[in-house]
Amino acid sequence: MLTALIAGLFYLATATLTIGLARKILVYARTPAPLKIPTTPAPTSRAGVAARLLREVVLFESLFKASKWTWLFGWLFHFGMFVALLRHLRYFTDPVWGWVAWIQSAGIYAGFAMVIGLAGLWARRMLVDRVRYISAPSDHLMLALLLGIGGSGLLMTYVWHTDIVALKAFVQGWMRFRPGELPADPVLVIHLLLVICLMLVFPISKLLHAPGLFFSPTRNQADDPRERRHLPGGA
Amino acid sequence: MAVKAEFDIPVITNVPRTPGLREGAMAHSRPFVAKADHQEPLGFPGELVEDWHDRAIGRMGELLGEYRSLQVFMDACVKCGACTDKCHYYLGTADPKNMPVARQDLMRKVYRRYFTFAGKFFPRLVGAVDLTEEVLGEWYSYYHQCSECRRCSVYCPYGIDTAEVTMAGREILASVGIGQKYSNEIIGKVYKIGNNLGLPEPALADTLEGLEEEVKEDTDVDVRFPLDEQGADVLLVTPSADFFAEPHVDGLIGYAKVFHQAGIRWTLSSHASEAANFGLFIGSQGNMQRVAMRIREAALELGVKRIVVGECGHAWRVAYSYWNTLIGPFDFLDPDYPAPQHVCEATWDLVQQGALRFNRENNDDKVVTFHDSCNVSRASRMGSMPGGQFLIPRELIRAACNHFVDMRQETIHEGTFCCGGGGGLLTDDLVELRVKGALPRMQALHEVIEQHGVTHMAAICAICKSQFTKVLPYYDLGMDMIISIHQLVGDALELGVER
Ligand code: HEM
Ligand code: HEM
Ligand code: SF4
Ligand code: SF4
Repeated sequence: MLTALIAGLFYLATATLTIGLARKILVYARTPAPLKIPTTPAPTSRAGVAARLLREVVLFESLFKASKWTWLFGWLFHFGMFVALLRHLRYFTDPVWGWVAWIQSAGIYAGFAMVIGLAGLWARRMLVDRVRYISAPSDHLMLALLLGIGGSGLLMTYVWHTDIVALKAFVQGWMRFRPGELPADPVLVIHLLLVICLMLVFPISKLLHAPGLFFSPTRNQADDPRERRHLPGGA
Repeated sequence: MAVKAEFDIPVITNVPRTPGLREGAMAHSRPFVAKADHQEPLGFPGELVEDWHDRAIGRMGELLGEYRSLQVFMDACVKCGACTDKCHYYLGTADPKNMPVARQDLMRKVYRRYFTFAGKFFPRLVGAVDLTEEVLGEWYSYYHQCSECRRCSVYCPYGIDTAEVTMAGREILASVGIGQKYSNEIIGKVYKIGNNLGLPEPALADTLEGLEEEVKEDTDVDVRFPLDEQGADVLLVTPSADFFAEPHVDGLIGYAKVFHQAGIRWTLSSHASEAANFGLFIGSQGNMQRVAMRIREAALELGVKRIVVGECGHAWRVAYSYWNTLIGPFDFLDPDYPAPQHVCEATWDLVQQGALRFNRENNDDKVVTFHDSCNVSRASRMGSMPGGQFLIPRELIRAACNHFVDMRQETIHEGTFCCGGGGGLLTDDLVELRVKGALPRMQALHEVIEQHGVTHMAAICAICKSQFTKVLPYYDLGMDMIISIHQLVGDALELGVER
């Protein structure tokens, strides 16, 4: 019963996430950028633009210029989440890929980084009057949701361990549309239900900042309007 | 000799600070609304249309489909707050709706309500609201408290440029009948007469003749100010303020001296006697193109080989970033100068070729600093390297002056603060906003005055020059501190010597 519910919701969430995101990306890709508007100084070549985007994604370059505290907490959160997610690949790969196994031990710190980062960001959102002013309930809820995921995950890692072997069997089966029995640990169920929520809201919320960054004309355009005549519709 | 004002003039403090929120502090600020005469020549309805609600939402939907910037920016903001202390209007007024993200949110909350799942079904949760007349009023007020300077976009992790949102907001407002008088009246003048000031051809010819006499008297050299000269090599397109406003006109004299000394045949055009393009400010690509087209026509008609743009910030943005798209290609120009140039680039080329010689001592009475204009800094370039727009003007100042210092790092280059009067706000009905918005620049200027005895601030933008002339006295500073780079160049240039 529980297994079927969670497995079903995961199929639904996966479909929503994939289709919703694909739709949005298609809209972004199809909407023309009629004029050249890179925020200058900007790279003059496509390769330079790729490097600029890479710095934004990996280092949060612009945010670093803007606010060191937000940068620190934001980067801890994202990087922690990223490594924790990579660590999760062990449920999805069988046999577990070598490098996934290799990051397992370092990976446990990632969960803490994620939660500390989120806590710092939430504190800023509540304590700095300017950031409080611009926050809607959804902005707080999003942080609560992610803290819930990170917190429940850490609880499982350190306090109430779950049956990883059974979980892996469930995940492997789920991927082949024949989910096995899910361990009925309350913390795991909470973790998974929250993850399902995250996947469902992803394509209809501000989490669209992840694909959005790559389509932002001020960042993804090269500064070459003299050399190339930019025509409407072009990137 | 501080000017008396109806409002509190911000105080310059020892250390710049970010003010706490003062809600509604600038809710009263709104420019005069355009009358039918100002709206209709631009293709906008003369007054608020009856079905304004549906038309506004309709226009918004169109813009979302036409501008990827707007579509992505509406979705991507995470409310991280990085931009909240970056806008000079927030720093100067403390009104929270002048924080860039809050300014975007005025539109975003409507976008969410009508165009997103979350806003349609859970408006409270995501802060979505219906478009009401009150919301429209707020748009009018706060989309005219943004100078479209792009400072916020430098710091936003996704490059969200509030200027794009402001432009869309103004375009929607104008398309339901609520245009801004100042900008729209000026665009109308360009269509009718050819320039922002409404200076007709005979008056322009007169003015230029007067300038020739003035320079002759000062220097004893016959420096020409040609108008509509067929077959000239260079067409100079410059903001019309250069023709007589102070200190702009001394810049124009500087350009003329440079061309004279370099032996370049140049001309102005009465058909395109204006570089400014307020179509940019109102977010109307159609009007921007129409205004720009006169320049292509003039260049072809006069048969010039080069186009040079005078000292004007937003005009240079339009020229550098948009002309090729809107009025290109420029295949009729000299292959050695295949794209329109900034006058600073042209002069700098000549300096590097050794074609100009300077008596820097002529400017020894001045300690100069430089105000980077926003559109030049963050929306265009000079020279072949990114950042040339910062180097070349400074090199020119150094070539012409012995004493140059920069202001604090966060207030120059890509982080430069707007003068407070850009983006179509340079009008007397917005003086309070202009004075308050100038605070961060005044603060930085004050620092170099105290520390280095700076006497002059050079600029390369007609709007900056007019704005500072107006607001400097409010901060107890002399209005003649503001000066054109090409005035410095012109004053130091050795005229008539063998090259
Ligand atoms: C290309 C990938 C991504 C990039 C470059 C990116 C970048 C950023 C940046 C620069 C910020 C602002 C600073 C901060 O508050 O942390 C931010 C905020 C945020 N990101 Fe991401 N992000 C990415 C993917 C994701 C994903 C996959 C999620 C969620 C699963 C996410 C969730 C969030 C949240 C919730 C915030 C707001 C934090 C707050 O409330 O202060 N991001 N992101
Ligand atoms: C299919 C989805 C997921 C499953 C089956 C899952 C399962 C688990 C399990 C079993 C643990 C405990 C690990 C241990 O005992 O060593 C855990 C920990 C954790 N999970 Fe998840 N999780 C999922 C998705 C996510 C997502 C999407 C996030 C982040 C947004 C996340 C964040 C974390 C964190 C931060 C930890 C603690 C640190 C760690 O052990 O890596 N999980 N998860
Ligand atoms: S573009 Fe400039 S004036 Fe407008 S919100 Fe951004 S910083 Fe403020
Ligand atoms: S910096 Fe960008 S993402 Fe952050 S609040 Fe401002 S506009 Fe939104």
